[in-house]
Amino acid sequence: MADIKKLENLVTQVRRDILRQVHKVNSGHPGGSLGCAEFFVALYNEVMKRNDSFSMDGKGEDLFFLSNGHISPVFYSVLARTGYFPVEELNTFRHIDSRLQGHPTTHEGLPGIRVASGSLGQGISVAIGAAETKKLNNDNHLVYTLCGDGELQEGQNWEAIMYAAANNVDNLIVSVDLNGQQIDGSTDNVLAMGNLAGKFSAFGWDVLSIEKGNDMAAVIEGLKEAKSRTGKKTPVCVLLHTVMGNGVDFMMHTHAWHGKAPNDEQLETALAQNPETLGDY
Amino acid sequence: MKKYTDTGKKDTRSGFGAGLTELGKTNENVVALCADLTGSLKMDEFKENHPERFFQVGIAEANMIGMAAGMTIGGKIPFTGTFANFSTGRVYDQIRQSVAYSGKNVKICASHAGVTLGEDGATHQILEDIGLMKMLPGMTVINTCDYNQTKAATLAIAAHDGPVYLRFGRPKVANFTEENGTFEIGKAVKLQEGTDVTIVATGHLVWEALLAAETLNEQGISAEVINIHTIKPLDDEAILASAKKTGCVVTAEEHNYLGGLGESVARVLASHHPTPQEFVATQDTFGESGTPDQLMDKYGLNAEAIVKASKKVVKRK
Repeated sequence: MADIKKLENLVTQVRRDILRQVHKVNSGHPGGSLGCAEFFVALYNEVMKRNDSFSMDGKGEDLFFLSNGHISPVFYSVLARTGYFPVEELNTFRHIDSRLQGHPTTHEGLPGIRVASGSLGQGISVAIGAAETKKLNNDNHLVYTLCGDGELQEGQNWEAIMYAAANNVDNLIVSVDLNGQQIDGSTDNVLAMGNLAGKFSAFGWDVLSIEKGNDMAAVIEGLKEAKSRTGKKTPVCVLLHTVMGNGVDFMMHTHAWHGKAPNDEQLETALAQNPETLGDY
Repeated sequence: MKKYTDTGKKDTRSGFGAGLTELGKTNENVVALCADLTGSLKMDEFKENHPERFFQVGIAEANMIGMAAGMTIGGKIPFTGTFANFSTGRVYDQIRQSVAYSGKNVKICASHAGVTLGEDGATHQILEDIGLMKMLPGMTVINTCDYNQTKAATLAIAAHDGPVYLRFGRPKVANFTEENGTFEIGKAVKLQEGTDVTIVATGHLVWEALLAAETLNEQGISAEVINIHTIKPLDDEAILASAKKTGCVVTAEEHNYLGGLGESVARVLASHHPTPQEFVATQDTFGESGTPDQLMDKYGLNAEAIVKASKKVVKRK
């Protein structure tokens, strides 16, 4: 059984890392990052099988691709805190000469990153390609990807979604961060996507929902359930219901903090709501 | 002058198909993806021989490029196949982020480039693709001249680690380079020695450059002909050595004069050895319907145009 308390402590620390990264450089995307903290912590600590050292080819281990690259602060924090690179390096987020670019990239050789993302809509395709290669290599590990809900407005996703079902890419789990927000407002107001579960189902995917995407136990349970549904000729979609800005009261339930950093005072308030657990970098 | 013989007209895309078939047998990491143009790209044989390594993605080029990027993770060498227009302009951002910026070992193989696509017209003819691809950091750009060279290039790019854009065409054209010859990426091939003018040609214009050199020779102008199959990285040294010898340059390509081989050559010359240059290329225009020969004539992409440009540039020395 997972030690939920320990994982929740890590989530709290990851929230601090997210807030401190974007505050220091006065830029970045805290809202979506905070909303996905439980997902990343669960994935990297309880769900994925990972090798001890990073290699680009990732043979014999599960792979993860972040499609909505702008939530890099949570990705970087969890990568650092699961040993891919020193946590002190979070200090360099978005600074000149850093491996922690605004959006994740392989270009500077940051361990844990296997493809650049940021221009939206490309991650599912990349994940499908990696999943097909795993099959060719007789590597029975899984490929995970996360994309935003607003990101599904990009047409390439639906090319990929159609392909994966038609070709039985069943070693793939696509999670959608369903926070209902995007830059210009709620997804319903910007471009309503209707019934996403119905859309994925109609395309031939096995769809499940994690209704409490910010509840550690629920996220672990949901992802393990998703894992159990792989290998059955059908790709698996997880609709992960999260709250943007989760864990910081004034950032929650709004798109206002999609791409805005807190000022000194706001940071202090936000950190006070998330007391240090594992130690700041 | 060296004599070159057309051993029988063949399409460059069939050279690609033959190369891919051979790679299928010799390199188990080679995989192929196609966006509903398997026959046009001559990928049928690879598909038949290795169905497990052939990925039909349907009419979905963006997904094809993304998948190809992902397939490199775990050691595969993906070759994507569709028309040049759909290989580049349609998927520029996917190539830029998932392939080039991510440094993925993807081979983007593009047929039906330029006006020689013919009757389908300008929606399918692309004259901007060399420019689009050469601007991407880390992208190797190759435009082959005949069947034999296209086959050799297909084999060579599999052995090269990094993203490559391989451009070839639809019509049957003269096949004159060595059968099973070596192909060295980034290395210019001098086809004729000359002293009065340097003709730097790529793709379908290389054969035309050889014909032009014969005509010029008859008229007392000694033309050096350089086959530039690799536009990026460009063989600066070969171009400079020749330009220093002849004192003037004509570039020839089935591409817009903006962004093509001509501009790359001009950059090298302007930086190191300013030299008069004329451009045989399309003049910032779209193509149109017609037979390949009619279109090459109408858009000034033939031996006659190269002769005219050569005489003009010789006078500018």
